[in-house]
Amino acid sequence: MQNNYMSIIRVENLTKKFNGFVAVDSINFTVQKGEIFGFLGPNGAGKSTTINMLSTILAPSEGEAFVNNFNIQSERDDVRKSIGLVFQDPSLDDQLTAEENLRFHARLYGIPDDDFQKRKKEVLELVDLLDRKNELIRNFSGGMKRRLEIARGLIHYPQVLFLDEPTIGLDPQTRSHLWEYILKLKHGKRMTIFMTTHYMNEAEYCDRIAIIDHGKIVALDTPDNLKKSVRKDIITIKSRSLESVKKELQGISNIKVREKNESLYVEVSDGESFLPKLIKQITSPIDALELRKPTLDDVFLHLTGRAIREEEASNKDKMRQHMRMRRGHN
Amino acid sequence: MIMQFVQTIYTIWQREIIRYIRAKTRIISTLFQPIMFLVIFGVGLKQTLAAGNFGIDFVQFMYPGVIAMSIMSTAVFSTISTVWDREFGFLKEILVTPTSRIAIALGKTVGATTIASIQALILLVLAPFIGVKIGIAIILPLFALMILLAFALSGLGLLISSLMKTTENFGLLMQMLIFPMFFLSGAFFPLTAVPTWMGAIAKINPLTYGVDAFRQIVLGNQVAQSVLEGLAINSVIADTLFLVGFSVVMVGAAVIAFNKKA
Repeated sequence: MQNNYMSIIRVENLTKKFNGFVAVDSINFTVQKGEIFGFLGPNGAGKSTTINMLSTILAPSEGEAFVNNFNIQSERDDVRKSIGLVFQDPSLDDQLTAEENLRFHARLYGIPDDDFQKRKKEVLELVDLLDRKNELIRNFSGGMKRRLEIARGLIHYPQVLFLDEPTIGLDPQTRSHLWEYILKLKHGKRMTIFMTTHYMNEAEYCDRIAIIDHGKIVALDTPDNLKKSVRKDIITIKSRSLESVKKELQGISNIKVREKNESLYVEVSDGESFLPKLIKQITSPIDALELRKPTLDDVFLHLTGRAIREEEASNKDKMRQHMRMRRGHN
Repeated sequence: MIMQFVQTIYTIWQREIIRYIRAKTRIISTLFQPIMFLVIFGVGLKQTLAAGNFGIDFVQFMYPGVIAMSIMSTAVFSTISTVWDREFGFLKEILVTPTSRIAIALGKTVGATTIASIQALILLVLAPFIGVKIGIAIILPLFALMILLAFALSGLGLLISSLMKTTENFGLLMQMLIFPMFFLSGAFFPLTAVPTWMGAIAKINPLTYGVDAFRQIVLGNQVAQSVLEGLAINSVIADTLFLVGFSVVMVGAAVIAFNKKA
């Protein structure tokens, strides 16, 4: 409680039910000022529902939440002024120019026109779109649209920026490019960012991650601590005399050995200190050794017994691309 | 507070206008339909009706109705763009801003009203080219009534779009509501000698009142008083009062529905 003044989001037993189906099940967490806080989980886990509640679009069934110390139900307009949002689906008017989209947004937030001129330049520069400001959005690529949405989410100087699956539907190159901008926000502007993702490699950028599954938070920590909690480093051994290596390994305690594809996989709790031991003890010839630290995939698998299925995502991505195309005709 | 309320209406209105001006094909296609009606029906039915001693040129008869129709389709389809906004996330973007829902709904309605009125004004300018004389004196009252009709029907459109979830039902809406409203408005044939059931439907159709008022104003100085009296249903004053009442009810209901839904 002592660092309450530092927390920008405070969530207490937040629950959302849709006709008896519990989408978000009594979750609790706080987000500190200046951190990137990630919600990681498969589609349908309750990530977007949580964002929708925190951004006042959806009323919770039970529980409470505070954003910038304002109650999300009783002080909605104050919450709205405190947050910037980038939605999962594109939400720009593609018949307007970049600047017109920004101006529309700024006016609804009551930003005076001369302030707008200054802020417009600032946010467009941040996402490298200043020279494209007079172009129609329909001519923008998916990545440019996303960047403009981030600029739009910042123009009213929010305390916290919500990014709901910010890189969904983008190709891998554009995705990593977008991350440069997001990290620039954190380091340059000390912006607090609350984001959801189902991409494991993106969750790595977060300061802290809440892993959510079936509406419940199953773990919450830094990526490193989460991976440590799995306590499983994997050492891969390739050898011409696999059988004799295997026999020698059986004499070592506290390890698990599996054989697959002409290789041995050894699971140990601390790979770095185990490797020298291994090299000293094994006399049979070893051709190759590889140490792999657990990934967030392993963490998710460890916690839920399932992997986050990528194909679910790609189907949804396809639908989104289709939506983008349809939107072009609008 | 009030400043921000007005600013919101203005901002939403301005977006509608920018979109309208940019969509050149939409302007042309929405003008094409009424002109096509005038040319095809006007020319096609002229001879048939000439035999029936109608006492009035059919193009002159149809012209006020076609303007009312054009206002209707423009107003309804401009407000129904709200459903597109909802489907494509832009409405969500508006709804997370700290603005009044009422101002958003009013901005949409006023935007559609403006576009429909501009569309009607273009048709008014075209009148001499299709053989309809418009006196200078009637332009102002006629245009005022056009705005009123546009406002009433924009309210109706927003109410419908607040009740519609997806764009899938557009076809159904056209067939069940828009077309019957067109055809039972007196735009194509006089409603003075129709069966009772048809007359009853026409009585609750706002378009009927618009067509009736437009026709009396446009034709007032062009055809014999007796012919005009034979065509008129209500006095222009009564038509205006109905439309004012209808506007208040529709815009009010639309704002409430939008507020609730959004």
